[in-house]
Amino acid sequence: MSEYDVELDTSGLNCPLPVLKARKALSTMEAGQRLHLIATDVGAKMDIPAFTKMTGNVLIETSEHDGKLHFVLEKGAA
Amino acid sequence: MAKKLAIIASKGTLDGGYPPFILASTAAALGFEVKIFFTFYGLQLLTKELSLKVSPLGNPAMPMPVPVPSIIQIIPGLEWFATWMMKRKLKQKGVASIEQLREICLESDVELIACQMTYDLFDFKKEDMIEGISHGGAATFLEFAGDADVTLYM
Repeated sequence: MSEYDVELDTSGLNCPLPVLKARKALSTMEAGQRLHLIATDVGAKMDIPAFTKMTGNVLIETSEHDGKLHFVLEKGAA
Repeated sequence: MAKKLAIIASKGTLDGGYPPFILASTAAALGFEVKIFFTFYGLQLLTKELSLKVSPLGNPAMPMPVPVPSIIQIIPGLEWFATWMMKRKLKQKGVASIEQLREICLESDVELIACQMTYDLFDFKKEDMIEGISHGGAATFLEFAGDADVTLYM
């Protein structure tokens, strides 16, 4: 797992909450900082990459273990 | 320039209330400029105290624990039961409440426009509605929708 600055666990929450909470967390972070997002919503597997692609944030890493999805997102400059 | 999403919300049921708020809040998170125009029964979605219901009547796709023939569905209390069942399921599955999604929409600057004509038609009062909404008519919506990248009728 890559290093990160902030961790956000959205386990148990369903679409669209993981994306909405990720956006909220990123809005309080500085460009270049990294967010570790944990989700159990299987839709997040498609939605988080779509979210980062559209918002100029970077998806650094995606993995799946213990039945949970883990994403590391880096806040973009914009 | 930000993409624009224009939505007409015309349904005031529990199941009908989800799509506009889910898409609007998500679009706002993706950087869209979003406006929702609430007309006819959709205007119920802007009231302070939401008492939205879902009815199995005329909705053969609604999953029920046991099959309930349409003729039985007119029995008082069945709508209440279906609403209770749906709300319990939404909670169990970690789906946000309509109130929560509506709040996120307001926080993320989604413009919620109440149809003035419907407002007058159903005698809604200003104090029935949540704070932070605006009012407008067909031309207000079309002015925005004319430049929108995505326009949806729900």
